[in-house]
Amino acid sequence: MVFLDVDKVTKSYGPLDVLHDINIAIEEGEFLVLVGPSGCGKSTLLNMIAGLEEISGGEIKIKGKVMNGVHPSNRNIAMVFQSYALYPNMTVGENITFGLEMHGVEKSERKKAMLDVATLLQIGKLLDRKPGQLSGGQRQRVAMGRALVRNPDVFLFDEPLSNLDAKLRVDMRIEIKKLHQKLGTTIVYVTHDQIEAMTLSTRIAVMNGGHLQQLGKPKEIYDKPNNVFVATFMGSPSMNVIPAVVRNLAGVPHVEIRRHDDSTSLLKFNDMKFLERENQKILLGIRPEAITDPDGADRKSDNICYLENRIEVIEPAGADTFVSMQLGGKDVTARMRSDTEIITGADFNFAVNMQKAVAFDPESQVRISS
Amino acid sequence: MAAPMQETAIRTGKVARTFIYLVLLLFAAFYMLPLYVMFVNSVKPLAEITGGGMMSLPSVFTLEPWVKAWSSAQIGVEPSGLSPYFWNSIKMVVPAVFVSTILGALNGYVLTQWRFRYDTIFFGLLLFACFIPFQIVLIPMAKMLGVMGLAGTTWGLSFVHIVYGIGFTTLYFRNFYAVFPSELVSAAQIDGAGFFQIFRRILLPSSGPIAVVSIIWQFTNIWNDFLFGASFAGADSQPMTVALNNLVQASHGVKEYNVHFAGAILAAMPTLLVYIVGGRYFVRGLMAGSVKG
Ligand SMILES: Nc1ncnc2c1ncn2[C@@H]1O[C@H](COP(=O)(O)OP(=O)(O)O)[C@@H](O)[C@H]1O
Ligand SMILES: [Mg+2]
Repeated sequence: MVFLDVDKVTKSYGPLDVLHDINIAIEEGEFLVLVGPSGCGKSTLLNMIAGLEEISGGEIKIKGKVMNGVHPSNRNIAMVFQSYALYPNMTVGENITFGLEMHGVEKSERKKAMLDVATLLQIGKLLDRKPGQLSGGQRQRVAMGRALVRNPDVFLFDEPLSNLDAKLRVDMRIEIKKLHQKLGTTIVYVTHDQIEAMTLSTRIAVMNGGHLQQLGKPKEIYDKPNNVFVATFMGSPSMNVIPAVVRNLAGVPHVEIRRHDDSTSLLKFNDMKFLERENQKILLGIRPEAITDPDGADRKSDNICYLENRIEVIEPAGADTFVSMQLGGKDVTARMRSDTEIITGADFNFAVNMQKAVAFDPESQVRISS
Repeated sequence: MAAPMQETAIRTGKVARTFIYLVLLLFAAFYMLPLYVMFVNSVKPLAEITGGGMMSLPSVFTLEPWVKAWSSAQIGVEPSGLSPYFWNSIKMVVPAVFVSTILGALNGYVLTQWRFRYDTIFFGLLLFACFIPFQIVLIPMAKMLGVMGLAGTTWGLSFVHIVYGIGFTTLYFRNFYAVFPSELVSAAQIDGAGFFQIFRRILLPSSGPIAVVSIIWQFTNIWNDFLFGASFAGADSQPMTVALNNLVQASHGVKEYNVHFAGAILAAMPTLLVYIVGGRYFVRGLMAGSVKG
């Protein structure tokens, strides 16, 4: 059964349309991440689910019930804000139980619920402090405690980790994932950080400019991006998108790529359907980890091609070394094992895992599906 | 706050510093002079003043003028002293300050957290109210008070001051709440708090600094007002300022300057007190709205 249904939802502020025909349906217990660049409308959509923003068009349903016009407090949702939004004049304990108090829950019951949550989040010692006396990570926990205590149908998170430093962000990310696994609650989580999206979600909705670009499992989004935007937004370093031409070499489709010195290379394409596009231009999408040193190439791949090209920049990053080069007139990044012997300015024989390659239409930027 | 000021302080030599302090002391003395004159003359017998020597310390110390000003001086036709009028002023000021501050806070809350159509125009009109000269509203206001049955009463005076003060108090609270994070209000809405609960439980507890500003501003303005008091008060609801004027302007008998001085200090005392108690919060509150955010 669809648990949370966002059905043909639009949003406009006067003449300004900020969300266009958004359709998202998720099941109970899913962890949906809304991801996209700043200003693409993620928070707006989340606030519409919460009831903080009016729905201009379409319907939002939770458990089959239409939520349009229902007050936020009657939707049985809870929200964690980017600024945590802890009430500054109340203690941690009062912050956590304020919602229960407003819903007329008995004092003894409130206290019990508060202690349960405090134990779960390990904030028992902080209950008498004011938010101003807490560190960022502690505030984050309290904000989650305030959301958890009401036992809502849907948790909404709006960039909850973006105010934390890098180390703490990773820790809290794991903690949120653990919490989801333990409690099995339905979560909608907004972030502009694609790594958070990949690591946390059961499904990702990629948004751009108020349009839903793709909704799918993290692996689908990563391996089969709908279009160039999704391909380059998800993944770090981002996917290489290289102008190429389809050629027919003895009945097998190949892509022809211009190298740094304007000579060309041919890489075999597995998908026979591309023969239909003989001599047409395409955009070839290859992730950095699919361009490696020959020994680091994926042994399970059934289509490793080789490509000689000049190394322009070498960036050692500890576990891996990233290499920049010119292909099809674009900067292309390859990901090598860190102990590969490479020299800046020298030619190198790269292994390209063409099994992982995707192709986009240069006009529409949409993936050419096979 | 203190640290950067120390770092940027200009280094000065001993001579220069002594000079600076001297000049400062001089100015301080200059500004304190009127208060000094008022005080020393309020504790002298009248003969000492009329005999010259306004500036000298009293040779005979007496509290008689204070007692007389407070309880037996001739005010208009009654030898009642200033005390009944002092209480009139208190009865006028306290509700007026309280109500105008609360209404200003509510207005500021609505204008910043519950945006509605034409809210900026509404706010503009409220601001405009701050700049309407008192004289313009005198006659319409007299008519209004008559219609409401409040003419000549202390409640009527309070009402006038509330109406006149709302523009200022709204301005203060609006600017203060403008930098109040709207996510807090959203969180409270999700928690199920209603319009007034959000105001009372979330915003008001954080409003201390600006409430002090509003209270000081309203208190001093209303307490010191003369025009409305003289125009709208009845004989038994006159505020302190009007009574002080009647005391000083009395046309019969000898002019008892010492009593006048004592009366004037009595009239100024509450505002002085409010400044001494709340002054530091006043500056802090004024800064809070502008620096934050
Ligand atoms: N109250 C508003 N009035 C007009 N435009 C708004 C309002 N709130 C948001 N927007 C616009 O809607 C778009 C989406 O905003 P938002 O949902 O906050 O983006 P995101 O959370 O993805 O960064 C932005 O272009 C923003 O300027
Ligand atoms: Mg946002």
